[in-house]
Amino acid sequence: MAAKTLTIDDKHLSAEEGATLLQAAKEAGITLPTLCHLEGIYDVGACRLCLVEVKGLTKLVPACTTRVAEGMEVLTNSERLRKYRRMTLELLFAERNHICAVCVANGHCELQTLAYSLGMDHVRYEYRTPRWGVDHTHRLFGMDHNRCVLCSRCVRACWHVEGAGTKNVSGRGARAHIITDLNQPWGEADSCTACGKCVQACPTGALFHKGATVGEMVRDRHRLEFLVTARQKKEWITD
Amino acid sequence: MTRNDLLQIQERELAARKKITLRCCQAAGCLSSGAKQVKEQLENAVASAGLSDQVEVRGVGCMKLCCEGPLVQADPRNTLYIRVTEANAPSIINALQGGTAEAQQGDPEAAFFKKQLSIVLANSGVVDPDRIESYIAQDGYQALLGVLRDLTPKDAVEVMVKSGLRGRGGAGFPTGLKWGTVAKSTGLKKYVICNADEGDPGAFMDRSVLESDPHCILEGMAIAAYAVGADQGYIYVRAEYPLAITRLQTAIKQAKQLGLLGAGIFESPFHFNIEIRIGAGAFVCGEETALIASVEGKRGTPRPRPPFPAESGLFGCPTLINNVETFANVPPIFRHGAEWFARVGTEKSKGTKVFALAGKVRNTGLVEVPMGTPLRVIAEEMGGGAPAGGRIKAVQTGGPSGGCIPAEHLDTPVDYESLGQLGSIMGSGGMIVMDETTRMVEVARFFMEFCMDESCGKCIPCRAGTVQMHHLLDKIARQQGTRDDLTKLEELCDLVKNTSLCGLGQTAPNPTLSTLRFFRHEYEALLQPETGWHRNEATSPQPTATG
Repeated sequence: MAAKTLTIDDKHLSAEEGATLLQAAKEAGITLPTLCHLEGIYDVGACRLCLVEVKGLTKLVPACTTRVAEGMEVLTNSERLRKYRRMTLELLFAERNHICAVCVANGHCELQTLAYSLGMDHVRYEYRTPRWGVDHTHRLFGMDHNRCVLCSRCVRACWHVEGAGTKNVSGRGARAHIITDLNQPWGEADSCTACGKCVQACPTGALFHKGATVGEMVRDRHRLEFLVTARQKKEWITD
Repeated sequence: MTRNDLLQIQERELAARKKITLRCCQAAGCLSSGAKQVKEQLENAVASAGLSDQVEVRGVGCMKLCCEGPLVQADPRNTLYIRVTEANAPSIINALQGGTAEAQQGDPEAAFFKKQLSIVLANSGVVDPDRIESYIAQDGYQALLGVLRDLTPKDAVEVMVKSGLRGRGGAGFPTGLKWGTVAKSTGLKKYVICNADEGDPGAFMDRSVLESDPHCILEGMAIAAYAVGADQGYIYVRAEYPLAITRLQTAIKQAKQLGLLGAGIFESPFHFNIEIRIGAGAFVCGEETALIASVEGKRGTPRPRPPFPAESGLFGCPTLINNVETFANVPPIFRHGAEWFARVGTEKSKGTKVFALAGKVRNTGLVEVPMGTPLRVIAEEMGGGAPAGGRIKAVQTGGPSGGCIPAEHLDTPVDYESLGQLGSIMGSGGMIVMDETTRMVEVARFFMEFCMDESCGKCIPCRAGTVQMHHLLDKIARQQGTRDDLTKLEELCDLVKNTSLCGLGQTAPNPTLSTLRFFRHEYEALLQPETGWHRNEATSPQPTATG
């Protein structure tokens, strides 16, 4: 496979043809903020946090779905991008009810970590404080819609890694939410295999093991990647 | 079906024409004010006057002046009757024999009609949309015949390139280039999709074309399919257009019966089928990648491009997606030639554009004008200006993705570039005229509410950003906003425009941005006086001993 050479943040590097900008950056030790991306499942470019500037393009492009090209000049950390990322996070925090102090994922939450790392120390937009419910009907897991960021990682893990197709998105815009089967309580969703991949995939405290209390919901982020690599390459490698 | 068969149908149809034709609009607008009953009463009146061998009552598509419906036009004298009621029917028939009609008459020579140039709507109001023979009588399907007989697919693409036609869905991408890209994409299976998911508030051009001249779309799609190498087509039409769906179904059935769709069209190896897919009410499904997902039976959400549909579209195959009006331009282009088409319009925007003229304007309805026609001609001369002594304040084009063009820019020619420079877009053709009673902040709030409701929820800036922008606009409109809110609003406009995943989000701030650009004083007049630490000490009341 041919290699492409490109520049990311003034760093010259080479990447495999077909690699995404996110992969190329990671290989070069450049970290990009991501939320809807998870190793092991395909990318959808939805969270817009990994947007980067590419010289010659008027539009910003998501690093997770943009392929490397020869001679590409990429900027990942401009003032403009940092501002957009902070604002996007502010929008997320204002959208539902993210109250870290009482959350099962406190200290292990990707949304929280992103806010710290991107310097989002306050929210200027009005909190919408919507009333979303909690689905506690499953025998092993719970879902708190108040903490969901709609990254759809659980949906993609359910469909494309487990193959069960239990989880889905219903509704539009601010009313969009994750459902199980035909909008039934999770405990009544026949297609669910109780594999827990969605719980491993969740970046926040929206999906959790029953019984977990504040800060106890620690996940194994590499589990899905391990499974997918094992299945596709017949390699059973852990970090 | 051979060439001779087609010409025979045409001859038979023309020979059966009667001396007098009463064209009676049967499109959704006139039907809603009783055009179906008017047509029945006209038929009865013809029969009871014993004129059945001389007078034909023909149900036709949209006759454009929708605000004055139901419309009836008598040929060959070209008498236009407006606001026709069932009771008027006998007197209209009587007038054909020299009597006087009680029905109100319109002026077919008025600027509203005379300034129009009909390419897309040439058959609208002329052919009976329920009868394929009526379309064939107007040289229908001869463009397809000519293409299959005389042109290679490559030639056909070349004709489109030469015509200079640009996509009528709003963005104005060169159609020939799109066809060429799909034609060059490799793949055993290719698709052609007609985007009829017209959803802009106030826009009804595509609906009218589908209701008035469905065969024109089928013929345009068939030519496109031949040019790009596709054998299957889909028309994605919204469920809110039941009449358009019925007429399309009838048209497809008739075309199949005559062998104008299906296998071996005009005894060539070319075969092409069209199916209808009905949208379930999501505005975002007008976005091409969301539309494709919806046709595939998935949730209608957009995905990042590239890959573009031309490369990887429906079921991963190269797919050509064009808008209704774009396809409607195809048969005339092939019938009259690319050079003929390219002579109409401006240097960069060729041909005509259909607008659905609505809002605070005397004449509402469909107007088709050459590209480059000044907005003033459309709104003031054709539209007749604002009613009841009002003055036009602004013209909104492009719906929720477009902007408001203030009265001082009414001399702007309608073409893709000029409208873009004013912060609006050509859009699919909605044109809403606003008079001085219109409050621009409320206009911005209305369109933002629309985008907020229609956001699919996939990407954060559009899903959560439109909610916050709507909240800020609402706050300002209710006179509770501050200068800080206005700053936040502008920042959010910038964010949502530049970071959203698809066109819906990227253009959602446009109505707000354009009203901020031209009517900023209206926003500022609604802001709360500054308080707190921003207080201007010189003008604020001094504290007293009690307060």
